[in-house]
Amino acid sequence: MSTLLEVTDLHVEFRTRDGIAKAVDGVSYAVQAGQTLAVLGESGSGKSVTAQAVMGILDSPPGRITAGRIAFHGQDLLTMPERERRAVRGARMAMIFQDALSALNPVLSVGHQLAEMFTTHRGTSRKDARAKAVELMDRVRIPAARQRAGDFPHQFSGGMRQRVMIAMAIALEPELVIADEPTTALDVTVQAQVMDLLAELQREMDMGLILITHDLGVVADVADHIAVMYAGRIVETAPVHRIYAAPAHPYTKGLLESIPRLDRKGRELYAIKGLPPSPHHVPPGCAFNPRCPLARDRCRTEQPPLYEVAAGRTSACHYWHECLHGTRDSGTPEGAGR
Amino acid sequence: MGRYVIRRLLQMIPVFIGSTFLIFVMVYALGDPVAALFGDRAPDPATAAQIRRDLYLDHPLWQQYLHYMGQIFQGNFGTAFDGESVLSLMAGAWPLTLRLTIVAIVVEAVVGVVLGLLSGLRRGRTVDSGVLVLTLIVVSVPTFVSGYVLQYLFGVRWNVVPPSVSPGAPLNQLILPGIVLALVSLAYVTRLTRTSVAENHRADYVRTATAKGLPRHTVVVRHLLRNSLIPVVTFIGTDIGALMGGAIVTERIFNIHGVGYQLYQGIVRQNSPTVVGFVTVLVIVFLLANLLVDLLYAVLDPRIRYA
Ligand SMILES: Nc1ncnc2c1ncn2[C@@H]1O[C@H](COP(=O)(O)OP(=O)(O)OP(=O)(O)O)[C@@H](O)[C@H]1O
Ligand SMILES: [Mg+2]
Repeated sequence: MSTLLEVTDLHVEFRTRDGIAKAVDGVSYAVQAGQTLAVLGESGSGKSVTAQAVMGILDSPPGRITAGRIAFHGQDLLTMPERERRAVRGARMAMIFQDALSALNPVLSVGHQLAEMFTTHRGTSRKDARAKAVELMDRVRIPAARQRAGDFPHQFSGGMRQRVMIAMAIALEPELVIADEPTTALDVTVQAQVMDLLAELQREMDMGLILITHDLGVVADVADHIAVMYAGRIVETAPVHRIYAAPAHPYTKGLLESIPRLDRKGRELYAIKGLPPSPHHVPPGCAFNPRCPLARDRCRTEQPPLYEVAAGRTSACHYWHECLHGTRDSGTPEGAGR
Repeated sequence: MGRYVIRRLLQMIPVFIGSTFLIFVMVYALGDPVAALFGDRAPDPATAAQIRRDLYLDHPLWQQYLHYMGQIFQGNFGTAFDGESVLSLMAGAWPLTLRLTIVAIVVEAVVGVVLGLLSGLRRGRTVDSGVLVLTLIVVSVPTFVSGYVLQYLFGVRWNVVPPSVSPGAPLNQLILPGIVLALVSLAYVTRLTRTSVAENHRADYVRTATAKGLPRHTVVVRHLLRNSLIPVVTFIGTDIGALMGGAIVTERIFNIHGVGYQLYQGIVRQNSPTVVGFVTVLVIVFLLANLLVDLLYAVLDPRIRYA
């Protein structure tokens, strides 16, 4: 198993009128070839921005990568000349966006938009590219692909549109696909179908996948690893089955406890109290401390590093030990600052 | 689509009748064309009555209008009072104005879109502010000022072009008048393109295009510009009619005997058939240009479907 993508200590800032927002503040994660990394975290935690930095599609200005390394097959993308970077983009790593309706060009036919992948990266003739576009649409199981290739995005249903997005991403059989909440914009009924399709294609083509999602249910089924983000930082990484059994960060624990579960029916759903911090005003110390049931003085002053909790597991909590080993359901932990 | 066109054509009929009738009333009812014919001298009543009969002026206004329209649709626009048929005036004037308008449209579209794209892509930078100031100046200077200034500079001072256009109005002599005619619209096209480009620049599909690994120029031209031009094309289309009608000042300055010139002559000499005839054709041009724009809109933006 080789490391496909390795993001190390990535920092991304947005210079806006309100000041500098550190949207990504020292993120590190890795994706192994053919495996799935699920990235979790509340809205605004920097999941998409990290993905955009990896793809090289950050809005800049105002966005700027101030530090870090993004290695793809060991080669740093950030120091790569733009021409080479462009050859990687779309062909060897591709992205699936959340809202296919706005992510597809409204005035070009889907056939054209798919064919563009081949004409640009492979120099395929227009006619052959068009045939390949139809093949792709078949592959993602869009009915009557040949007839529909000339249709425009707005003429498709949400699910079909997202299939077009997926087709576009897998067109050149990339080694890495980043799917940014690929099913959030869809009806619940088609979410599973689209997710299954994505998982199936991933297996067939042996692609690495970064799955950005809010849906912890999906994560358990498809992911190998999990990275949990909070306020621009990674707070926990772990193999997927381990994290469900025993989270090593209070934030992860809060997330897990906020999913409805059959075996805990009738009990009140736990919600993490408070709101995530604005990227302009991240609290000192551990960014999660104002909302954390375990927080004490140290948490308000000292920013926790990523502690190695177990082999392949890290947690950015000073008191990960306490979190990991059985304080679950035990009410307010001793020493909690209240 | 076909049904839509037919419906639109039918809708044009009341607009056409309304606007031409208004013009007809204003020109014929509010002045005395026969008196105007005689200038300062008082006409001999018998002669005047004779002329009135000949010109159908002794009928009620609405009958005059119907009669006039009937004539027009038989291709008879009447005669100007100096005896020349309005149709032959038109045959001389329309090609000139058409050519001038085409030059203006090309200038306005090409320069406006390029400037707008540049400033839209570099919002807030020097190029953008420079273009903004330039367009503000252009918009606030009336055409007759910019026209005379440019004519003086290029035609008299530097002798690059003849200051007034020769009767045949060859294309190269129409470039300066074309620019003058286009200036104000050019500023609008620039602003419109800039706004539209700036707005679409952050659109998700532009980001997708970049994420596909397309070269920058493909992203900008095929994805960004293609979408941004939709409102611009609409503006340029509706501007065709405005430019033709608005060429009065430009044609006067550069002595081009086009539609604007003839209209001006018709007005100062109270030459009613000329005025009504030319304006009627202008109305038709306006209406057709608008229809064209609507149809073009559907071609450019597939989300719009006419039922
Ligand atoms: N173009 C931008 N300009 C300014 N700030 C931005 C921009 N894009 C993102 N940000 C900021 O970066 C932070 C992280 O945003 P990001 O989109 O990565 O969140 P996310 O984790 O993907 O959230 P969500 O679950 O809502 O998609 C946010 O606070 C956001 O305001
Ligand atoms: Mg996001």
